[in-house]
Amino acid sequence: MGSLWGRLDDVAGDAGYGHQPGDHPPRMGFFTDTSVCIGCKACEVACKEWNHVPDDGYALTGMSYDNTQSLGASTWRHVAFVEKPLTTTDLGLPGMGPPGFDGYESGMPTGDEGADQGTPSGEEGVRWLMSSDVCKHCTHAACLDVCPTGSLFRTEFGTVVVQEDICNGCGYCVPACPYGVIEIRPEDGRAFKCTLCYDRLKEGQTPACAQACPTESIQFGEVSELQQRADQRLAELHEQGVDVARLYGRDPGDGVGGDGAFFLLLDEPEVYGLPPDPVVTTRDLGSMWRHVGVAAAALAAMGVASFLGGKK
Amino acid sequence: MVPEAEFDSYYGRPIIKEPPWKGDIAFYLFAGGMAGASAVLAEGAALRGLPALERSARLAAAGGAAAGTVALVHDLGRPERFLNMLRVLRPTSPMSMGSFILAPFSGLATAAVGSNLTGRFPRLGRLAGLGAAAFGPPLATYTAALVADTAVPAWHEGHRELPFIFAGSGATAAGGLAMLFTPAAQNGPARRMAIGGAAMEVASAELLQRRLGLVAEPYQQGRPGTLMKAARAMTATAAAVSLVGGRNRVVSAAAGATYVAASLLTRFGIFEAGKASARDPKYTVQPQRERLAGQPAGRL
Repeated sequence: MGSLWGRLDDVAGDAGYGHQPGDHPPRMGFFTDTSVCIGCKACEVACKEWNHVPDDGYALTGMSYDNTQSLGASTWRHVAFVEKPLTTTDLGLPGMGPPGFDGYESGMPTGDEGADQGTPSGEEGVRWLMSSDVCKHCTHAACLDVCPTGSLFRTEFGTVVVQEDICNGCGYCVPACPYGVIEIRPEDGRAFKCTLCYDRLKEGQTPACAQACPTESIQFGEVSELQQRADQRLAELHEQGVDVARLYGRDPGDGVGGDGAFFLLLDEPEVYGLPPDPVVTTRDLGSMWRHVGVAAAALAAMGVASFLGGKK
Repeated sequence: MVPEAEFDSYYGRPIIKEPPWKGDIAFYLFAGGMAGASAVLAEGAALRGLPALERSARLAAAGGAAAGTVALVHDLGRPERFLNMLRVLRPTSPMSMGSFILAPFSGLATAAVGSNLTGRFPRLGRLAGLGAAAFGPPLATYTAALVADTAVPAWHEGHRELPFIFAGSGATAAGGLAMLFTPAAQNGPARRMAIGGAAMEVASAELLQRRLGLVAEPYQQGRPGTLMKAARAMTATAAAVSLVGGRNRVVSAAAGATYVAASLLTRFGIFEAGKASARDPKYTVQPQRERLAGQPAGRL
């Protein structure tokens, strides 16, 4: 059956594609470097275009530039926007002014590093957090574990995909996902989510969102290589004094075994709407079944005991 | 919505998604529990020679399974594809395992009640009844693993107690329904099962609320809180009444109906509490932050 929890190096192999070299392609995924995201939403548009994802409402939310609101059945890339006010106490957070502006003493680089996303407005300023969220294609994917029809499956690339001709819309995957990604499409009845452009991967192409991203915030490639790139980028940012930068979903020892699509964030995960410490629900399944077993036995015993001691 | 001061959120929006399930599923939690426990009651009645109790319990088992199945199929996004539930057997999915508990249980319970009502194939009918009684406790309790095996905080964190709450609630419903439809001369075991179930359910629910800390809040506030409190009050009342006046047919029936209603309210209360815990990001963020704080390096 394979492992359900903990570090897992060969995801596709564990899913049955074979453990020998060449049995399956390397694991593919995304590294989304939010420090260079410009919030253009080309990723959202490209994804919808390529996958024929229907519209899911035109709302004006007042959530900064985010009118998409969240990932869902008909939103597979979602750009989050947070305008964090810069206080006059300089905490050394990234800030930027017009070229040549050096009003902040923290020595932040200006220009095309992209690490600084603050802009002065009035006496203080605003630090922009922009991130293109996507299905994480977890190493240990709860949606996949709980799917009762076998519709959700692990591809040879290590990604997680829904087979739309099998899904009967039971909706179990929806509350199982620790990131709140997958959803039932209301008029359709089935569950939908990012496929990591499985059709494009099979042709050796790049997923639509990564292809469209103008700043290469969304980087596509082999997960092992992306992890190295991410580690380098993090070290670079830390060297520049951007201490808030951190990687999210990179660690194969985390609660979901690391993500096929992981991130570089410039604040706490919950600021972006991400869980701080996601754990695949399947981790506790053994304990759940044990407790069910004992409770079932207790019910049977109670049944027997009810008949002891006479008919009345 | 203004996020609370203790934690950050993305405009107060939920982090996980609540299940798309509707009242059908809450009803199924009740029906499966009631049916599973009824099958056990029926077998005991058959062994002890209590034909009226046996008949009403067999009807409850088969009827509950049938009504529950209809509710489950109705709740699917694509009901016409309900047979895909039997496409694979996946031990990591309580819903998959449950399909392979419900299907044989329904078949066996229906065969048993059919034989009981018509008098045909009595030995096969008893064998079917025995089979249903074997699948009964799993049917009544697997649904606890089903709701707990999600990211829903109020359910997942309660995964140790929920199976006992479900078992107790199923026993209460089965005993209560039998008390409603069985003459007092034969309903002693039903009364005992209902009281035993009530004790198990109330004790486990109390333990759950004490142990869960912050995540017990959804069970205590708002609509779920009202449902849970009402259910507990009704269960306690029915137990007290049946202890005192259980031999009287009318009193027994009233207590039985109250037990059944209480069991239904409990399931809806737990269902709604889960959804509420999924909607508010604090129930996801705060326990995870606390867990991280307990670790040496606060890993992401």
